[in-house]
Amino acid sequence: MNPRWQTFLLPIGVGLTVLGLWAAVCQVFDLATYILPSPLEVLRAAYHERAVLFEAGRNTAVVTLIGFPLAVVVSSALAILLSLSPWIRTSLFPYLMALQMTPIIVVTPILLLWFGAGLTSTVLITFLVSFFPLVVNTTQGLISTDANLVELFRMSKATHWQEIVLLRVPAALPYFFTGLRISAILAPIGAVVGDFFAGNSTGGIGGLGFRTVIYSSQLKTPALFATAGVCCLLGFALVSVVYFLGWLCLHRWHDSFAQRDH
Amino acid sequence: MPSSPPIVELARVQKRFGEGPLVLDGIDFVAQKGDFVALIGPSGCGKSTWLRLIAGLSPLSGGSLKIDGAKPGETKRELAFVFQEPTLLPWLNVRMNVEVPLTLRHSPPDQRRTICQQALERVRIAEKAAAYPRQLSGGQKMRVSLARALSLSPELLLLDEPFGALDEITRDHLNEELLALRQEQTWTAFFVTHSVSEAVFLSNRIVVLAPNPGRIHAEVIVPFPYPRTSETRRSEEFFHLVGEVSRLLRATEQSARP
Repeated sequence: MNPRWQTFLLPIGVGLTVLGLWAAVCQVFDLATYILPSPLEVLRAAYHERAVLFEAGRNTAVVTLIGFPLAVVVSSALAILLSLSPWIRTSLFPYLMALQMTPIIVVTPILLLWFGAGLTSTVLITFLVSFFPLVVNTTQGLISTDANLVELFRMSKATHWQEIVLLRVPAALPYFFTGLRISAILAPIGAVVGDFFAGNSTGGIGGLGFRTVIYSSQLKTPALFATAGVCCLLGFALVSVVYFLGWLCLHRWHDSFAQRDH
Repeated sequence: MPSSPPIVELARVQKRFGEGPLVLDGIDFVAQKGDFVALIGPSGCGKSTWLRLIAGLSPLSGGSLKIDGAKPGETKRELAFVFQEPTLLPWLNVRMNVEVPLTLRHSPPDQRRTICQQALERVRIAEKAAAYPRQLSGGQKMRVSLARALSLSPELLLLDEPFGALDEITRDHLNEELLALRQEQTWTAFFVTHSVSEAVFLSNRIVVLAPNPGRIHAEVIVPFPYPRTSETRRSEEFFHLVGEVSRLLRATEQSARP
């Protein structure tokens, strides 16, 4: 079989098998819908709630698309700052770690006190959840430049700025994209969690987090499953874009995209 | 006495890293313009350090080093360094790699193009101008590295075992081409190598270094006139001199044993 087809058919096969087993379990054990809805019931709920889920998904997407780019910009700038000297790294890194180690549900009430429920809080939560892998990876990339290349630049009397822009930044790109892929998975999760705790639905549907609160309080388990599906779609969409960007920047020169011999 | 001042002058040069032992000690050496100096010696004798001192990549611990009368970091002479690895920027194609030193100096683009094209033709790799480093063989990458060094029209060329990782045939080819380039451009070269026959073939002076600390064990003058060709390699005088330098090299290892 063509390996290109394998990459599609294998996961689809696994998915169908799991769906079949799931349907069988529902049938055989005759479980209540609010405990475990069958795949068909989930589909039916998704169809019934399609307008609500679409808008909730869109709202969460908006939060993600503000918080995630914000994380990219801030963490890149921070990484360049951190790469400048070991002193800066030693001074700042413990606090960055501390920020990451604090569970987001501890930070959330503080953000709520400061900014209230709504876009600002959810965007900040998305930002906080996704920026750390970017900072760590990009900084690592910026300081891992081949020592000979750095010397080549110094001998050519390159300015500090030229060294950063023409050497360290491109050399750090593979690391940056590694961080970006992790962050692209975390950012939509951050947006949903943020919405769960700090979303504001006044006069609207809210995001996927807020939907989760509503559906679970109503024991609408099939709709909860459908919400999970929308979260996954959102995550896949963002990760695909990030993979494409990585391919665009790296495929010509980086070994991670090297063509394999047939 | 030569009429022009020496291009490189080392006097009682010492080098140690941090608090470590001396890597180089008491180095006195004068290179005249156009000299091709091979530095040879066992591992750890400070050959590469010698180059790095001239390049200004590392400060002296003692003594003095002058390039045309100025300190290494302050010299107006154009220097080029060829590393043991090709040291190319993998995200740039061959042409842009060769242009890097000129780009850093803000040379105008059309001038950059012309110089780069000439350099690529000189090392016979012009047909790969649009390729990326990962598409090239080891020998091709080294040619690009050489082209980049030559694009500056250097007055001083520092080569740190540039062909050490290549197979023997490619290495012989590149040696011959390097000498052909020397006929076109006039530079002074310091060439670090582990290969005695490479040293004898390329240089007019061979410095044999002894380790612990690195010091000059002997200097051998290579009398063969330039241009040299593969014929030179097959002459009896060549074999004889290779034997003599090898003997000197072995003697340094024996002298190093406690």
